[in-house]
Amino acid sequence: MQVTRVIPCLDVADGRVVKGVNFVDLRDAGDPVELAAVYDQQGADELVFLDIGASHENRDTTVAMAAAVAEQVFIPFTIGGGIRSVDDARKLLRAGADKVSINSAAVARPELVGEIAEEFGSQCCVVAIDGRRVEADGAGRPRGLEGAEIPSGFEVNTHGGRRPTGIDVVDWAREVVDRGAGEILLTSMDRDGTREGFDHPMTRAVSEAVNVPVIASGGVGSLAHLADGVLSGGADAVLAASIFHFGESTIAEAKAAMTAAGLTVRPPA
Amino acid sequence: MTTIAVLDYGIGNLRSAQKALQHVGADADLTDDPGLIERADGVVLPGVGNFGACMRALVETGLADQARKVAERGQPFLGICVGMQLMFESSAESPGEPGLGLLPGRIDWLPDGVKRPQMQWNQLSCVDHPLLAGLDGGWVYFVHSLAPVLGDGLTDEHVLATTDYGGPVVAAAGRDNVMATQFHPEKSATGGLRLLANFVELTRAGR
Repeated sequence: MQVTRVIPCLDVADGRVVKGVNFVDLRDAGDPVELAAVYDQQGADELVFLDIGASHENRDTTVAMAAAVAEQVFIPFTIGGGIRSVDDARKLLRAGADKVSINSAAVARPELVGEIAEEFGSQCCVVAIDGRRVEADGAGRPRGLEGAEIPSGFEVNTHGGRRPTGIDVVDWAREVVDRGAGEILLTSMDRDGTREGFDHPMTRAVSEAVNVPVIASGGVGSLAHLADGVLSGGADAVLAASIFHFGESTIAEAKAAMTAAGLTVRPPA
Repeated sequence: MTTIAVLDYGIGNLRSAQKALQHVGADADLTDDPGLIERADGVVLPGVGNFGACMRALVETGLADQARKVAERGQPFLGICVGMQLMFESSAESPGEPGLGLLPGRIDWLPDGVKRPQMQWNQLSCVDHPLLAGLDGGWVYFVHSLAPVLGDGLTDEHVLATTDYGGPVVAAAGRDNVMATQFHPEKSATGGLRLLANFVELTRAGR
C-alpha cells in the first residue's frame, strides 16, 4: 500500500518560522516547537524545518531547536539548511532530528551525500533539489549556465534558488541516489510562492528516474494541488507551507481532499 | 517507576526512543553501562542505518554480548527498526555478518517493484498480543528497505503484526520475552506511544 505523506514545511530563521514568497519578503508565522506540536495533533505525517537563515553562527540555535522539538513531538522531522559536513549532520541527528536535508553543500561537494549515508544510513539522508526551467536554444535544446545542456529542461539551482549550476535536475537526482540519498525533496523555483500548484513535469521526470521517495514542493495554493502532485507528478509525499501556516487549511482538510481524489492517506487523529 | 535501558552504541538518533519512553512514564536511560542494563526492568535496542555497521558497533561496545545475556535471562527486550533486524541471524544487507540470533531467521530486501526504502505511515494487522494491544488497524511510521522473511526458522507463530507493502511484510515479531518492531513506535504519534506504554506495562507486570 502506498500512503501519501502530507508534510508541512516550516522555514525557520533565528528560531522563528517564516515563509518567503519566492524567498523574499519574509513573514513571521510563529514558534517552531509550538507549530510542530499543532501539526502533530492535526495529523501531519512528518515535518520539515528549513533553516533559511543558516549561518555558522546560528548552528547551535538550530541544534537546540531540534532537541526542543524532539522532546514534545513524536512524528518524524527533517532539518535542512546550512548542513555542510558529517559533523553538522551528526549534531542534528543526535539532538533528535530523524533526517537531515542537504542542498548547496551537496552540489559543491557531492561526496558529502555518501559520507552522511554511510555514517548514519540512507534513510536519514535527504537531498533537496531546487529546480528551475531553462530556455531552449535555436536548435530546441534546453541550455543552462554557460550554455550547459540541460536535457530535461530543468536546471539545479543553489543558494536558495538564486544560483544556476549548469546541472540537469534529473541527472543530479540519479547521481545523489547512487551516492546514497534516501529521499529527494524537489522544489520548483518557478512555482515556489506563486500558489499555482506543483511543477508536475519536473516532479514526474524525477520520480520516474529514481527508486527512492520524492517529495513535491513549491507552489501549493489550494488543497486540490496536493493530490495533483501525486496524480499528475508521481510524488510520494507533498510539502506545503503557507496554506497551513496562516490557518487557511488544516491537515485534516488536506487529507480529506486527497482521500476524495482517490489517494490513500493516514487518517487524521 | 519502571526502568528501561535504551542501549547506547553511539549510532544515529537514539534519543527519540528514550524521550518517547519517558513520555509514557518510564524511567528510561540511554546507556552502555552493563550494571544499569542488567538492573533495568526492560531493555530497548533501537537502530538506524546499515545492519553491518550497527552490528559492529554493538560488538565493539560489548553490548552484543550484553544484549544476548539479558534477553536469555528473560528481561523483556524490544528491538526497533534496525534494532529488530539485528536480533535475527543474518541480513541480506550485510552478507557474512552474523546478527544477535535472538530470533530465528533472516532479513531480506523488500520486494522489487516497490520504492525502497518504504518511508511512510502504514496500517497494522495484529495478532492478539499484549505488546500490540489497541494497535490492530492502527497507523505507524516505517523507514526500511529490508524486513524479516518467513522461513529459515521464522514461522507465523513469531509474527505479531504485518503490514501491506508490495505484499505482506513482517511489522512486528517476537518469542517469549523478546519482541521487535520494524516500524518506529517512537515516531508513530499516539499509536506508537501506545505500543511503548504496552511494553512498559508488560515489563512492569513481569517484574
